[in-house]
Amino acid sequence: MPDYLPHTDEDVAAMLEFLGLATLDELFAAVPAALRLNRELALDTGSPEPDVLARARARANRAAELICFAGAGAYDHEVPPVVRQLASRSEFVTAYTPYQPEVAQGGLQAIFEFQTMVSRLFGLPIANASLYDGASALVEAVNLAVGATGRHRVLVSAGVHPNWRAVLATFAAGTGHQLVEVPLTEGRSDWSTADSEEAGAVVVGYPNYLGCLEDLGAARAAADARGALLAVAADPVAAGILKSPGEWGADVAVGEGQPFGAPLGFGGPYLGLFACSSAHVRRLPGRLVGETVDADGTRAYVTTLRAREQDIRREKATSNVCTNQTLIALTAAVQLGWLGTAGLAEVATRCARGAQHCRAGLLALDGVEPLTGTTPTVREFALGLRVPAAVVQARLAEEGFLAGVALDQLVGEDGDGSVGAEEAPNALLVSVTERRTRTEIDRFVAAFDKALR
Amino acid sequence: MSAAGGRAASAPLVGREAEPTIFELSRPGRRSYQLPTSGFEELGPDELVPPEHQRSEPVALAEVSERDLVGHFTRLSHRQYSVDLGAYPLGSCTMKYNPKVCDAVAALSGLSDVHPAAPAELAQGWLATLTELERALCELAGMAAATLQPAAGAAGELTGLLLMRAYDEARGERRQRVIIPDSAHGTNPASVTLGGYEVTTVQSDERGCVDVGALRQVLDDDVAGMMLTNPNTLGLFEEDIVEIADAVHEVGGLMYYDGANLNAILGVVRPGDMGFDIVHLNLHKTFATPHGGGGPGAGPVAVAGHLADFLPGPRAVRLESAGPDDPPRYGWATPARSIGRVHGWHGNALVLARALAYIEVHGRDGLLRVAERAVLNANWLRRRLAGTLAVPFDRPCMHEVVFSAAPVHKRTGASAHDVAKGLIDEGFHPPTVAFPLIVDDALMVEPTETESYETLVALAEAIERVVARAERHELADAPTTTPVRRVDEARAARMLIPTFDARR
Repeated sequence: MPDYLPHTDEDVAAMLEFLGLATLDELFAAVPAALRLNRELALDTGSPEPDVLARARARANRAAELICFAGAGAYDHEVPPVVRQLASRSEFVTAYTPYQPEVAQGGLQAIFEFQTMVSRLFGLPIANASLYDGASALVEAVNLAVGATGRHRVLVSAGVHPNWRAVLATFAAGTGHQLVEVPLTEGRSDWSTADSEEAGAVVVGYPNYLGCLEDLGAARAAADARGALLAVAADPVAAGILKSPGEWGADVAVGEGQPFGAPLGFGGPYLGLFACSSAHVRRLPGRLVGETVDADGTRAYVTTLRAREQDIRREKATSNVCTNQTLIALTAAVQLGWLGTAGLAEVATRCARGAQHCRAGLLALDGVEPLTGTTPTVREFALGLRVPAAVVQARLAEEGFLAGVALDQLVGEDGDGSVGAEEAPNALLVSVTERRTRTEIDRFVAAFDKALR
Repeated sequence: MSAAGGRAASAPLVGREAEPTIFELSRPGRRSYQLPTSGFEELGPDELVPPEHQRSEPVALAEVSERDLVGHFTRLSHRQYSVDLGAYPLGSCTMKYNPKVCDAVAALSGLSDVHPAAPAELAQGWLATLTELERALCELAGMAAATLQPAAGAAGELTGLLLMRAYDEARGERRQRVIIPDSAHGTNPASVTLGGYEVTTVQSDERGCVDVGALRQVLDDDVAGMMLTNPNTLGLFEEDIVEIADAVHEVGGLMYYDGANLNAILGVVRPGDMGFDIVHLNLHKTFATPHGGGGPGAGPVAVAGHLADFLPGPRAVRLESAGPDDPPRYGWATPARSIGRVHGWHGNALVLARALAYIEVHGRDGLLRVAERAVLNANWLRRRLAGTLAVPFDRPCMHEVVFSAAPVHKRTGASAHDVAKGLIDEGFHPPTVAFPLIVDDALMVEPTETESYETLVALAEAIERVVARAERHELADAPTTTPVRRVDEARAARMLIPTFDARR
């Protein structure tokens, strides 16, 4: 029988005797007899590890073999062996939350470095130790803004990822936030459509989920006119070459940190990035690591401003987050350490270069139109096709490509303020990372042409 | 000391000199990254980004060689305690050994290299994985259906409360209050507030369980439900659970099960059979997915049949096959009255895959043995240490036992906190300190089933030595064997330095 339990029969017997018990079952005497399961669980008996691995291999997915042109917040970036190995060190993998800082300096320092990197990336002085994913970071950003302003109305650009908006709506049922969708025109938020009532937050993507560069100056003005904070959902790779949210005047910036070392992983575990201005540090959600000293005056690290957190403030806490994504944050710190100043800029440039080439190639095909007019894009772009996007996806899968993300999968058949009902079924979002070579892109464009016919 | 029989206690951590930050290791011009050959001529941002959007300077990150990168993070790893190094008896955290086969499953390219928006036809293996895991978790919890989206226990709690709310609204009601015991995890009240409810706290009785009389006094038709951990945070089984559940159901409330302590009862008794309607499961506790120093976890929420229609979507479902001999097909479906998404994609999928592997390798027989040995270990420690520390609720416990260092504190001035620091010098990670809040100087010990008899003996002896040191007033300086000595937490909050750039 496969077993990770070290007890020999003699151990069990001796321990039971010490407790004055005859059987293991007597350990559960406190459980009322009527409640006991009194049957075996309807699960298989335990399998040896090789069998379990074989079963897992049999669940391999065709999508894993395809050359990936899909993005929408989940990207196929290079993760080098050195990052995989360092992030797999079992000291990091099998530790708990650093409640005892003296034996957790390694993880704490790595997160301190991560916070510094996120702060510099987003151009804001405070960054937390991470949240679950980009969507949850956005929920927390809105909660912070509503708490800081006392206003529950929130203007959300339709350019924010549809899944993130859906998560925002789910949790708004509990907090009572009133979400107002601001539609896109040619791929950009049209703030003039929103009424001028006061609001707690204005939320915008940069670039937005269709890949377009929003006018953040206009978003800042829309926030100021309503007494709202500006929350920017930023693509952290594109941020390598774009003006930072902080420089644009954002109060809060959030992002999906998966591109920094996490595999596609069918959507998780990913990494919620969260940064804000100093004014809001006491409303910061999640953990925060700070530098301090030990009893000898040596530099040391510890989770700090703990008084914000759920285990101390309980029902008055700013957030209920405790366990989050520390290992993925540490992985991101390693990945960003590997990339360095030049590497991040080069990855962002490469993505943009490849995307521009791919977009030009696809737009030259018969039956392909831009979905967002002439608005500039960086590393992904939306297209309107002559045939349903799902059909193109299926045909390109036969040619070895994951063609992109069919937008009706994200916004539904009826569309939303970003993609209308008429456009949705034929809309495809295509993304290019630094892993895509010119040859792959050219082959993709040729196969795409065939798939449209 | 000899370590016959597999005693798990760490060697002291390495590194008395402070490790510089990666920013201090940086030298302009060093680099470790390499990108694939692209076939493109080089273009700069000027040709790719409109000027008003361009960053004026690159993001200042560290510039280090690969050798320095490896050295830095390896040295950091040597300053980090972990389960793989030794016992980690943190109460309520279930820090058991994590079988490596589960990591191997998660690392398979066929699973880890799958885009979350890949069409269902191209992701059949993942959909099969998710439906299998959902079935297994429902069987273990005695529930009808589950969502795998919540990324952690607290996310599961909030999901459960929103389910409660949706159920309420579907009945045309708007109840305002949720009851939690005073021994509850801090996430419970925080989640209740975020779910739009008010917290009503009910005290524990002298036996450490919910005071049923006090509970009845706060129950009325304004109560949406009750959140309960069973075994509770004192490690005690709530023996009146049927009476509690009946009382809450009688006023139309729902019973919410906080699965933090499910490890104690696998295959013995199920939350559904106790009368719970909503259950969250911490896969990073019971199902051994590694904690990662504070995540990623996973907090699936399972519900009884009357709540299945409200679950988040989309959910992976098995489709009807065309014929009896056809292979199973899977797709996505969103429940009719779904509360909506609670995760950007499908949850922490690679954590979910690990949990399924853990369940498969253990099976129904292995999971029962897990519960039995977890409870055996905790009770052995309770009995063994009863003369050394106070046991406020001294009767058989489940998977964890709460001691009190209050008598030691009173006698010697050394608090539970000091005892914890002393234990670090003995090579063990300390138990949970100062929780649950209803016990003074609490030391909450959860040895888990994967620690051996020899380890338990070594841990008990270490605690005895630490208490003896307390009697000699020797704990004020502890720990002394660690890379840093006792850390000044108050200073960290007072003079906040949350980034390298904030240093003065």
